[in-house]
Amino acid sequence: MSILVIAEHDNAVLKAATLNTITAAAQLGSDITILVAGQGCGAVAEAAAQVIGVKKVLVADAPHYANQLAENVAALVVSLAGSYSHILAPATAAGKNTLPRVAALLDVAQISDVIKVESVNTFVRPIYAGNVLATVQSKDGIKVMTVRGTAFPAATATGGFATVEAVAAVADAGVSRFVSQQLTQSNRPELTAARIIISGGRGMGNGDNFKLLEEVADKLNAAVGASRAAVDAGFVPNDYQVGQTGKVVAPDLYIAVGISGAIQHLAGMKDSKVIVAINKDEEAPIFQVADYGLVADLFVAIPELSRELDQLKAAG
Amino acid sequence: MKILVAVKRVVDYNVKVRAKADGSGVETANVKMSMNPFDEIAIEEAVRLQEAGKAKEIVAVSLGVAACQDTLRTALAMGADRGILVETDVELQPLAVAKLLKAVVDQEQPDLIILGKQAIDDDANQTGQMLAALLGWAQGTFASRIEIGAGEINVTREVDGGLETIAIKLPAVVTSDLRLNEPRFVKLPNIMKAKKKPLAVLKPAELGVDVAPRLVTLKVQEPPKRQAGIKVDTVAILVDKLRNEAHVI
Ligand SMILES: Cc1cc2nc3c(=O)[nH]c(=O)nc-3n(C[C@H](O)[C@H](O)[C@H](O)COP(=O)(O)OP(=O)(O)OC[C@H]3O[C@@H](n4cnc5c(N)ncnc54)[C@H](O)[C@@H]3O)c2cc1C
Repeated sequence: MSILVIAEHDNAVLKAATLNTITAAAQLGSDITILVAGQGCGAVAEAAAQVIGVKKVLVADAPHYANQLAENVAALVVSLAGSYSHILAPATAAGKNTLPRVAALLDVAQISDVIKVESVNTFVRPIYAGNVLATVQSKDGIKVMTVRGTAFPAATATGGFATVEAVAAVADAGVSRFVSQQLTQSNRPELTAARIIISGGRGMGNGDNFKLLEEVADKLNAAVGASRAAVDAGFVPNDYQVGQTGKVVAPDLYIAVGISGAIQHLAGMKDSKVIVAINKDEEAPIFQVADYGLVADLFVAIPELSRELDQLKAAG
Repeated sequence: MKILVAVKRVVDYNVKVRAKADGSGVETANVKMSMNPFDEIAIEEAVRLQEAGKAKEIVAVSLGVAACQDTLRTALAMGADRGILVETDVELQPLAVAKLLKAVVDQEQPDLIILGKQAIDDDANQTGQMLAALLGWAQGTFASRIEIGAGEINVTREVDGGLETIAIKLPAVVTSDLRLNEPRFVKLPNIMKAKKKPLAVLKPAELGVDVAPRLVTLKVQEPPKRQAGIKVDTVAILVDKLRNEAHVI
């Protein structure tokens, strides 16, 4: 088995999702290569070379890889694919954008959101919003798959000594170009990496009220998430959405506030270690998955929670 | 401009799906079926482009069993001009769907193809990207806004960190995310009108496509159920439990 893992990064930092994918790769075999495609991404390659379990890092450094345009990254991966039995990427927006393109060009299936490696050709993946798990076996020569980060622990980020090798860029496909981005600025941890998440739903009423959650989040060093309803209503940006068609998270503690618990929302958070639900409707389905449920008006409960956390801190 | 939209018939999003007792698949007998919600958004976008005078014709394509005709009729009622069903009883996986769509595209020569970003049954999120690859076209996935320019289109995409805008050359493939638009409700007169719109039926063999599945599903099963915990009466008790019982804060 020789496994190629596509690194997720922003040209400066290797994203944590890559580390989870490397753990999945290690369950397939020990010959693991990381591909870093970007522009001025030397620091990312160095970081990748230190991850325990990685043998080799390939770097393709060219302007047309700066923004991970799928047409260009896929062509690059295909140019290297012949040497590998498996090609993996994190099941992130970038991985989901590029990897199906790679698979189609190789004329193989792509396996999405792998949560378990049963053998080198058999994998488990959720379908129907995680209501059922499918065990699938690939008949293709090269297995191309995205890996769900919450299902695999992160590989150790430092202590390894992989070799770093430059690879030739493939010519710019010239059909797409990056125009601009509007990234959400936050000093809080990233949703998919946070140990604690507090999410708000339609019950928050408006975007301003999310400040109540942010205040609690800052006291817990937590990330802030949301339901689709809260995003659709414009309370918070799209990247806050947790669920079947948003982000999948599994923190130690997930606090759902004013969220009813639709199956599509549960799909994104039901593997959290501890779930707290705060909702004024005692019949809300979210209580069926909550370890601790508090039936209360959030506008009373959240300020109180904030004060209790202050007291806790004062007490040490 | 001619727009092609792909629509999938799926188990309705409100249905609580269950695995069959023998693990061979999911229970679909007597289950409500609907158009994949992301595909409704895709059709809506095409119709809005047509209403804005930017598109001439909208062709809706569905692939699968004969009952997909219902899904196509919904697309026609929403405003698509004609429908094409590629009919087969074989389980279609994303790569096969992309190949069939490519064959239809070769015949129809659209300028823009819009698909949903994912189908809520297999949750694969692959078909649009695969189709773009097979055609050698650019792709604008997870779109929350599109703007047609001269020979290219600006696509604002929902990415993990926020939003990103790219410009892609036409012809191109776009996949819709939830915030692209809010699909209209179909009105009864439009449902009646849709019955008279043309709907062609093709077979995979006529398109020269091998649709044999590449992945074998060995079993499907339900994940372990999470048990409901306890209700607490006050915030103070909650904090105490989180601290001293669950040890998470
Ligand atoms: C194709 C598709 C994909 C989807 N993907 C996702 C997804 O990825 N993520 C997602 O979250 N959803 C998704 N959904 C939407 C999902 O079906 C639900 O509509 C959504 O999760 C509901 O959000 P909500 O719980 O915030 O709102 P609601 O269901 O309206 O619930 C609001 C809750 O707030 C409570 N509340 C109101 N006021 C207060 C108060 N003052 N104090 C305490 N509680 C209060 C109410 O009792 C209620 O339970 C998807 C739907 C579709 C069709």
